[in-house]
Amino acid sequence: MDTVVLARMFFGSSLAFHIIFATLAIGLSLMIFIFEILYQVKKDNNYAIMAKRLTKGFAILLGVAIPTGTIVGVQLSLLWPGFAEIVGQVIAVPFQIEIFAFFLEALFMSIYVYAADKLPRYLRLISLFFVMFGATASAVLITSANTWMNTPAGFSVADDGTIYNVDPWRAFFNPSFFVSSWHVVITAFATGACVVAALAGFKLLRRKAKHQEFGYYRKGLYVSLVVAAITGTLMMFSGHSSAVMLHEHSPEKLAAAEGLIATQANAGLTIGGFVNPDTLEMEYGLEVPGALSILAGGTFDTVVKGLEEFPRETWPPFYTHVLFNLMVGLGSLMFGIVLFALFMWWLYKRKQSVQLPKWLLWLVVSLGPVSILAIEFGWIFSCSGRQPWTIYGVQRVTNAATRADYVGELYFLFVILYIVLAILTVVVLISYFKRHPLAKELETYGGKNHV
Amino acid sequence: MYEADLAIIILWTLLSVYSILGAIDFGTGFWSMVYANHETLAGKIANRFLSPTWEVTNTFLVFLVVAVMVFFPKAAFSFATAMFVPVTLILVLIVLRSSLMVFSHSFEKYSKLLRIVSGITGLLVPMLLIIVLPITEGGFISVVDGVETLDLGKVFSSPTIYAYMLFGLASELFLSALFLADFSRELGSEDTYIIYRRNALFLGPVALLMAIVALGVMDPAASWLMANLQDKLLLFMISLFCFILGYSALWWSLRNEKNVGWPRFAMIAIVLQYGIASFAYGSAHLPYIVYPIMTVTDGFTTVETFRTLLIVYAAGVAVLLPGFLIFWNVFLKNRSLIREE
Ligand code: HDD
Ligand code: HEM
Ligand code: HEM
Repeated sequence: MDTVVLARMFFGSSLAFHIIFATLAIGLSLMIFIFEILYQVKKDNNYAIMAKRLTKGFAILLGVAIPTGTIVGVQLSLLWPGFAEIVGQVIAVPFQIEIFAFFLEALFMSIYVYAADKLPRYLRLISLFFVMFGATASAVLITSANTWMNTPAGFSVADDGTIYNVDPWRAFFNPSFFVSSWHVVITAFATGACVVAALAGFKLLRRKAKHQEFGYYRKGLYVSLVVAAITGTLMMFSGHSSAVMLHEHSPEKLAAAEGLIATQANAGLTIGGFVNPDTLEMEYGLEVPGALSILAGGTFDTVVKGLEEFPRETWPPFYTHVLFNLMVGLGSLMFGIVLFALFMWWLYKRKQSVQLPKWLLWLVVSLGPVSILAIEFGWIFSCSGRQPWTIYGVQRVTNAATRADYVGELYFLFVILYIVLAILTVVVLISYFKRHPLAKELETYGGKNHV
Repeated sequence: MYEADLAIIILWTLLSVYSILGAIDFGTGFWSMVYANHETLAGKIANRFLSPTWEVTNTFLVFLVVAVMVFFPKAAFSFATAMFVPVTLILVLIVLRSSLMVFSHSFEKYSKLLRIVSGITGLLVPMLLIIVLPITEGGFISVVDGVETLDLGKVFSSPTIYAYMLFGLASELFLSALFLADFSRELGSEDTYIIYRRNALFLGPVALLMAIVALGVMDPAASWLMANLQDKLLLFMISLFCFILGYSALWWSLRNEKNVGWPRFAMIAIVLQYGIASFAYGSAHLPYIVYPIMTVTDGFTTVETFRTLLIVYAAGVAVLLPGFLIFWNVFLKNRSLIREE
């Protein structure tokens, strides 16, 4: 296989792996912060235990997030030296600030994890706040780099490739920065809430749980569903803004995402289906007339650019349509499940019934994988929708990629590494929580509910 | 060009700081493995230091990589291609080391095995990291069809590389042993202090010897560096003096002290020793980043970006400094934490 393809697979896999742990780090830090606040407000020890147990899981996940982040950070230069050369001259600032955000998070994370019991209340909240702030800031900052690749700004390129006229802050605050980084942060928060809800739902499925534990998990489930509903609502709006942003700044990507060939007003939105590359017709999809114009500009007569406006050799691959559908589909499914579960909760509560039905709990459990898959497809869409460019309109992937030897062999090694790490993480998490059962912690803290 | 000089000074300072932080971090991981079941607190104290700090040290490594990319992007370009294989392998080791270390705290069943693997991988990382230095000195990278290629066969058969590796290993163990001696004293655990002091006493001369050997077997392609280094003789003498001072401080004592040695003084002197030697080496290396293909001026970023980065650095330091101070007080000065473990 040629080195460029291998480099793309290598980097894509590394990021796809990193993003799982990174997103969870952001989302869980929010949930831990919320539980800690609830504990301080309600003085209900269950919330303190939730914060503590989630923190333990969080620390284990960080043990993968940080080294895999180190991998992608170094691989950015290793696999894409041509890209790194321009990054260093133009969009260096977010990378540099990100390091400071990492420091902030690492410092306060250690303080919280290793000294929480000895800290005064207010310092605990402050440390947690900085952990959350650091994680969120690092997401915003790295997204700045990514949005700059999609909508480059703040520099000019001479014919010989020299970069001049650099404005680092204009590069940082490029046209898609605000919309996309908000989308990334809010989806990470929603994912964190969904994963906690899924864990609580899973525990509730095991009916033999003792009464006290039962109450614990129900509280956890309820809080995380409410957080998921709030962040989920914001997330749907922000997804819409992202689509509008594509319409304004990356029309080629939007056209590929929707398989739209001809520029038109009243453009339809196709759900499912794929573009036949020979006939350029959308096949097997369900078309909603006019919906794309509405999505992009709010009115039926919004003119949406089709791929015909662009030279065929720079069209993004047609499969981005599938990826886009998967993200939006899974995202909507997730939001639907959350609302539905809360509605059912309210119904059952009115009927004084304690148990949620099993099928509902299984639906809640599915929130975990569904939200993470939505994140994965969203990113793969965003990155492959930029093809064949690494920096849209400026640098092609072939000019960014490394020309080193042994890329394939090392890729193989890393795939094995990621598989082993994934398995080990799950085993370690399960084994830890088996050896430190909830019952024991409830006993230790249980009596003194109003400290 | 004055900006590029400033940039290389910042970068080299970061590198020198990391080489000491990293040596202590990786070395401590090794000691925590060696003394896992020791009757004294030796293993526990190593762990006590490592648990809260490895993340920060790791972030420092990323800091360094990013600093190269943003200050000298064109050097990153040519160097990244040449160093693809070794750096990728280092990444594997770093990942194994960090995650297994974290896992070993939570996975009681295999905690020992994980500790051993992470201790050993940690030992290897500095040995591999340090070979970046001889490679930049020339003779290992050639440009084939416009692509910078590292001659792997030559790397693995070169005595220079092995000498540097041994120097890295000895320094790692020496610095971490010395640091842990100081740290044990700080925490009030004298029997641990005795152990680490003994290790430091043995390793100090070994590290010094390896440094001299590494310079002695320098590759012929690096004769330009040798000539420059000779101009820095005075600095190296001062550095040597710091070593003697620091080393002998391990025997100093006032009458009322239980065990001999002033480890805090020794630590400071040895850090100075490494700092001065590193400065001397770094300035002899100029103007090349990678000899002979990349100089500081060729590799430099755009001036606009550099100025902005300076502002960012100032702001970052201002924000982080209080954080580091809190961190230091919570962990490294706090005796109660160790007693409870
Ligand atoms: C839980 C995850 C999740 C959910 C439910 C959604 N998204 Fe999303 N989306 C992401 C997770 C995500 C992401 C992984 O975070 C992306 C990848 C790049 C980015 O900026 O965010 C993304 C990118 C992204 C982009 C491309 C931005 C770019 O390429 O620059 C668009 C147009 C949308 N989203 C639109 C939507 C719409 C209309 C949604 C409606 C339901 C939606 N997203 C739900
Ligand atoms: C949107 C995508 C991403 C998100 C949300 C994200 C978020 C995170 C988070 C939360 C961490 C743990 C931080 C810590 O505790 O130190 C992390 C680590 C890291 N990430 Fe990512 N990341 C993303 C993509 C990337 C990319 C593309 C790169 C590099 C090119 C990168 C580089 C790093 C590095 C170097 C670390 C380790 C820092 C350390 O050593 O502490 N990340 N990331
Ligand atoms: C904000 C963070 C991110 C940055 C800065 C970033 C940057 C890059 C770069 C430099 C490339 C290589 C050049 C190219 O193919 O265009 C790339 C490709 C790729 N990235 Fe991203 N990326 C980010 C997030 C992600 C995430 C989180 C994923 C996966 C879940 C991802 C998946 C991919 C894939 C699959 C490719 C290969 C593209 C293809 O083959 O079509 N990226 N990205």
